[in-house]
Amino acid sequence: MPLNRDYIGRRYDAEGTFEVGREHIRQFADAIGDPNPIYRDKAAAQAAGHPDVVAPPTFLTTIGMALRGGGPIGDEGLGLNYALVVHGEQHFTHHRPARPGDVLTASTVIEEIRDAGANELMKLRQEIRTTDGEPICDAINVVVSRGTAAGAS
Amino acid sequence: MAAKVNYDDVEVGTELPAASFQVTRAKLVMYAGASGDFNIIHWNERTAKAVGLPDVIAHGMFTMAEAGRVVTDWVGDPGAVVEYGVRFSSPVPVPDDDTGTTLEVAGRVEEKLDDRRVTVALEARALDSTVLSKARAVVQLA
Repeated sequence: MPLNRDYIGRRYDAEGTFEVGREHIRQFADAIGDPNPIYRDKAAAQAAGHPDVVAPPTFLTTIGMALRGGGPIGDEGLGLNYALVVHGEQHFTHHRPARPGDVLTASTVIEEIRDAGANELMKLRQEIRTTDGEPICDAINVVVSRGTAAGAS
Repeated sequence: MAAKVNYDDVEVGTELPAASFQVTRAKLVMYAGASGDFNIIHWNERTAKAVGLPDVIAHGMFTMAEAGRVVTDWVGDPGAVVEYGVRFSSPVPVPDDDTGTTLEVAGRVEEKLDDRRVTVALEARALDSTVLSKARAVVQLA
């Protein structure tokens, strides 16, 4: 089943907020096997000029997962089958590193849905900011929906 | 931010220390938990094969994170990574064994920008395939 093209341009404002946690940052750094002390040790982070430990450059992918209820991935009307999804592209532009205690929210726009052979590509543009409105990160996420292009068998 | 690499010390073509990473099923489980991405294709071989994949595949974001370590290990301060983007060009299949799949990552300075920033181009390969293309990071150097 092709994705619902009527959803191009739809904007999703996340329901709820995402608070960046010190232990979550450590857990994420452990999962990527990265021993960098700036993820774990406040003194090391301060020596590098940060007020506190910082999140790894790809950490904010977790906000998309945590706030999925308010985003396109969980929107039934879009018609995305998550088992057919692979990741096409990802891009982050950081205004500053996320830190423990940041309370974040996100808005996501479906910028494009198009066919690529038998697959469909859906481009999502996400703005992540604190609840005070400070911009933290702009992310672009291209999702591949495998084999769902119209006419693909 | 305190990058340990000085802008004046790098040239276009400066190579970053290359690294290799073992991607195992156990690491994918850890990454699923830490990232919240529990897509079944990253841990269930039966489902992965049923939807046409060669095996369980690594999370693209896990591959991206590992490749990014070549940049953050080089610059020291992960907060110096201003931009980071990749295209996932091939999946990384991860077999059910103890060694997993080897991810090889190399990087070099592609461009010197204003404000003491550089663009780093990364290459990431696994099983003789390029798994990331257009992989670029913009890094704030000292």
